[in-house]
Amino acid sequence: MATMTYLQAISSALRDELRADERVIVMGEDIGVFGGAFKVTDGFIEEFGPDRVMDTPLAESAIIGTAVGAAVVGLRPVCEMQFSDFISCGFDQLVNVAGKMHYRQGLAVPITVRLPSGGGFSGGPFHSQNPEAWFMHAPGIKVVAPSTAHDAKGLLHSAIHDPNPVCFMEHKHLYRRVKGEVPDGVYETPFTARVARPGRDLVVIAYGAMVEVALEATADLDGAAVEVLDLRSLVPLDEAAILDSVERCSKVVIVDEANATCAAGAQVAAVIAQHGFESLDGPVVRVATPDVPIPFSPPLEQAVLPSVDRVREACRELLAY
Amino acid sequence: MATRIAEPATGGPSAASAHLQPEDRVELLRAMLLMRGLEERAMTLYRQGKVPGSFYDGYGQEAVSAGAAFAMGPRDRLCILHRDLAAHLIRGVTPARVLGQYLGRETGVTRGRDGNVHFGDWRLGCVGMVSMLPDMMLVATGMAMAFKLRGEARCAITWFGDGSTSRGDFHEAMNWAGVQRLPVIFVLENNQYAYSTPLDKQFAVDPVQRAAAYGFAGVTVDGNDVEAVFEATRAARQRALAGEGPTLIEAVTMRMHGHAAHDDMKYVPKEQVEEWRKRDPIDRQSARLSELGVDVEAVRAAVAAEIDAATEEALAAPMPDPADAASGVFCEGEAEPLGDGRAPWSGFAQEPGGEA
Repeated sequence: MATMTYLQAISSALRDELRADERVIVMGEDIGVFGGAFKVTDGFIEEFGPDRVMDTPLAESAIIGTAVGAAVVGLRPVCEMQFSDFISCGFDQLVNVAGKMHYRQGLAVPITVRLPSGGGFSGGPFHSQNPEAWFMHAPGIKVVAPSTAHDAKGLLHSAIHDPNPVCFMEHKHLYRRVKGEVPDGVYETPFTARVARPGRDLVVIAYGAMVEVALEATADLDGAAVEVLDLRSLVPLDEAAILDSVERCSKVVIVDEANATCAAGAQVAAVIAQHGFESLDGPVVRVATPDVPIPFSPPLEQAVLPSVDRVREACRELLAY
Repeated sequence: MATRIAEPATGGPSAASAHLQPEDRVELLRAMLLMRGLEERAMTLYRQGKVPGSFYDGYGQEAVSAGAAFAMGPRDRLCILHRDLAAHLIRGVTPARVLGQYLGRETGVTRGRDGNVHFGDWRLGCVGMVSMLPDMMLVATGMAMAFKLRGEARCAITWFGDGSTSRGDFHEAMNWAGVQRLPVIFVLENNQYAYSTPLDKQFAVDPVQRAAAYGFAGVTVDGNDVEAVFEATRAARQRALAGEGPTLIEAVTMRMHGHAAHDDMKYVPKEQVEEWRKRDPIDRQSARLSELGVDVEAVRAAVAAEIDAATEEALAAPMPDPADAASGVFCEGEAEPLGDGRAPWSGFAQEPGGEA
């Protein structure tokens, strides 16, 4: 066990995989000599060389497309989008080539795409997005989103070992803010939800950076026992864990940092409406970013991203329902 | 830009004869005949309402896929376009599976999951195309990247059309392959029209000239001469295996049918079609082989019988089970990489490990 930041845990997973499996390569813009925009791969090129720690041309479609080609002839590429926002330029290769490959042809595409996501730092409309729902809607792609250092490492190992395309949503705001105990060596975290804090009066369902927000907002909520369910994986979505929490708590607040419409939380709400209706003692409440681009100026950005106060208020209102 | 038409030629010797044994030259003809015959049969089945969706063929372009695929070794890997059926046949996909594919049967290569020539038998080293052209240029580039990274003497090949040269993935693939000097062959199948759009609305500079801008060789070849296409591809593969990087081969040909079965091609001048009909690739190879004393009619008869048998087999095959429609989205087991394909060129048999 070692104490690591979320970012160090991601680096550690990549380093362990590169050491353990010669099929693994990492590729992306500025990840080699420079060590990555966020320094996730700092020092890698010295240890593993420029072939396995590949500085690529500035071409996101090509990063995904060549990774698909390399994967189907036996490599295990891990692609870095410098910011998750840039995956829009690689969307076609991911959705149409990688995502549909196994269904159409029975050919597995074991690639991992790392997507540094999320806002909170005046990154503006092109460096702050949470695009996970785009890929939840595209068959054949798994989507995971860790909230802790432990899960960041374990989920990344699982993603690299998985025979399918996996979008690994790593939240930039957690990189250096979140620290935790991380086991030594390679371990897998399953693509299932985790109860971050058990409770019985209300459950807050969240993932990624919103798990921290949910925990803080409900740590001391007028004595209520509030459960926090950390989804960890969006595809597959752990419907059993969701329904289990709903049955136990009967009241649900769902938090997304992503834009509200058709977000992951919308799917969670649909699952609860269809399969958990009898357990509910109140409306399903959602807290999410409204359907606007993420603004640059701090007061504007803070006005749209779900805050501790907004989540706390939503929980209070629902508890009183 | 003027429409590009290859030099007229009928029969006669080819530059490739030094690398082709008589049985190779017959095999090239056979692959083209099989492609044309199967596509004609599929068109008949389409008109009978037995082929769902639409139907696309490569009538008149058979030399491009036959010639290029014939130069590929068993461990090479291919991303094949929709007018390139001969490449699948050379690689070892059986005619009955091809017809089963068109008919949407369980026995088709994609088991009814995808239609027409949207397939690739991964066990034979092929990845099926997607409709967003030319996405597969990047996939082929990635295969070549892996080969180079592992120090393997293998190469990847992909086909795409003149319309594809307008999209960003064409540039990204050419650039990436040039920067990393990868063993990949890009076959630009210039068939004069992208659906209804002629070349002069597609590019201002002949795209073969762009190869130089990406730092590698670009060659233009008569796309209706199967032996010339073979020879250009063989040379490109040699360059690739020697570490000399990618090659762009522009195979100049003509799409003799509409974009798909519904398209009457009224936007193409009749004289243009008639001019190209004189350069039919199958007629040319037949004439060449007749001069060599090959019984071409016997080859035709054997192919026709093969197609009849395949039709019977495909029509008797079951449709996929609707209960199975949602299965197979994800791989549940181990990821298996592409397998090796058939590589009938006699040149491979002469080399250790079949890698000429």
